[in-house]
Amino acid sequence: MKFLHLIWGALMRRKARTAFTLLSVVAAFLLFGLLESVGSAFTQVGQSIGAAHRLITAAKTGLMTPLPVSLERQIHTVPGVQVVTSETFFGGTYQKPSNFINVLAVGRNFWHLNTSMRLSAGARRAFAQTQTGVIVGAALARRFHWKVGDQIPIKAMIYPRKGGSYTWTFDIVGMFRDRMTLREQVMFFRWRYFDEAAQFGRGTVGWYVEQIGEPKQAGRIAQTIDALSSNSGHETRTQTSSAFAADFYSQYVDLGLIVHAIMGAVFFTLMLLTGNTMAQAVRERTPELAVLKTLGFSNRAVLSLVLAESVLLVLLGGALGLLLAGATVHVLQGQMGSQLPMLPVAGAIWLRGAIAMVAIGLVVGALPARRGMRLSIVNALAGR
Amino acid sequence: MSALVEIRSLSKVYQRGRQRIEVLHHIDLEVAPGEFVALMGPSGSGKTTLLNLIGGLDSPTEGTLAVAGERIDRLGQGALARWRATHVGFVFQFYNLLPMLSAQRNVELPLLLTKLSGSQRRRNAGVALQLVGLADRATHKPGELSGGQQQRVAIARAIVSDPTLLVCDEPTGDLDRQSAEDVLTLLQRLNREHGKTIVMVTHDPKAAEHAGRILQLDKGTLVQSEQAVA
Repeated sequence: MKFLHLIWGALMRRKARTAFTLLSVVAAFLLFGLLESVGSAFTQVGQSIGAAHRLITAAKTGLMTPLPVSLERQIHTVPGVQVVTSETFFGGTYQKPSNFINVLAVGRNFWHLNTSMRLSAGARRAFAQTQTGVIVGAALARRFHWKVGDQIPIKAMIYPRKGGSYTWTFDIVGMFRDRMTLREQVMFFRWRYFDEAAQFGRGTVGWYVEQIGEPKQAGRIAQTIDALSSNSGHETRTQTSSAFAADFYSQYVDLGLIVHAIMGAVFFTLMLLTGNTMAQAVRERTPELAVLKTLGFSNRAVLSLVLAESVLLVLLGGALGLLLAGATVHVLQGQMGSQLPMLPVAGAIWLRGAIAMVAIGLVVGALPARRGMRLSIVNALAGR
Repeated sequence: MSALVEIRSLSKVYQRGRQRIEVLHHIDLEVAPGEFVALMGPSGSGKTTLLNLIGGLDSPTEGTLAVAGERIDRLGQGALARWRATHVGFVFQFYNLLPMLSAQRNVELPLLLTKLSGSQRRRNAGVALQLVGLADRATHKPGELSGGQQQRVAIARAIVSDPTLLVCDEPTGDLDRQSAEDVLTLLQRLNREHGKTIVMVTHDPKAAEHAGRILQLDKGTLVQSEQAVA
């Protein structure tokens, strides 16, 4: 710490140059924070749905192909299956087309398979008794200032009501919290209401979720379930929930590849830019480093000072970038909700960010630091 | 009394490509403790090279060099750096202060290598600045000080760790007459009142008069040694 003023003084020697370099680091880590936030959200979905004792059965041809509701009884008879429920993607918008909401119609055993959701017993009863009842994630309710008792018109994305209207009116009977923050952006209503009121799609569900007793039997159980529909018009594919989530998102995009490619390019450019700045800064300060060595600073001390300067620069910019990313995620979540799956920029992202900052700082500082360490005092003082 | 600086048959050779340049030839020299020696001579005579060797900034090619009985010609780079930190103070022609640090912080620099606490470092630096008459300029940055004041800050930095030996390379070379006189008087005071042994390179005969002994170097050889009038 006693050398901090020396390191800070070196950074402040050329304020404009340091400011511009800092800005580029801020921009890089802002992007890092945002991409990590999206990436973590997708990973969380895969991991949390992916409890080992859960299987998901969907149509082999894709999630948008419905499965007959009659399959539920058959799946329930498969040895090893304890509970079965169904989910159907409904989707919808509230007030304007940009207010997309993830709405799912869920089967009767839904609560047994979603124990992480925190919902009062009263709300559960009301949900079971109210034909048009919905339960809403706490984050989604906050976004639209909804409260229990509100009647909300949702414009369906796919399914019109009998009579052709796309507007479905729901009654909010409860709100839930979930440690899976993304799920708090979702709204659930009873499949039975969907089945009675929808113009088409009756007698079908989107996919089934099964709870199994023994995770080691997952492969065998999945095969047995799929065998129920083999050679029918609705062949199924049963997977563990994590494999299902990975498949689901890879339909749209290989997020991991994109995140890594973008960050690779950004950090590479950052290293060139910051490396150049550091090299220039150390070249300019050669006589000053020679003075430090003259005063008794060892080669290692000079090396450490230059490396510390470079790491401090990246840490400052990186921390600012991640703070900005956190604020941006907060604002975006408020405005776009579940349209944009993002996790708050917190612990794990900060940790990965800090590791990246220190690594980049060390890499970009390495060459200038080596130059500073190896300079000859006599030559440097003589301006050679 | 035994010499503080004891040089025997000291040579320094630089290799520039295939060219071999012998800058110092078999120098023999003794500097007594508390002595003020001026090194004079034409450009290229080897004055600064000899000063750099005495200050432990460079290593000789041949011969022996002992300061306070310690053979510094045998020390490796790390040991030499530690030796410099505790035994020598340096004063340069162009002050070589760090521009982003205040006078106080510049003077504190050598103390960063010691185990002194922050408050002790500040106190010692304050004493050194007081000694050179710049206590009231402690918070000023080098750019806010005149050349003479900057050189006095550099002298404060050189003496703050209380070294036995001060090596000064043209300390008045960049100063006007009055500032030069102030700096030389200060060096003389440090020598006489505080017992600092000083080896100073200078081109200026008037500056050399402040020393107790003047050594003349020519083409890498000591050609003359005389007692100064002062």
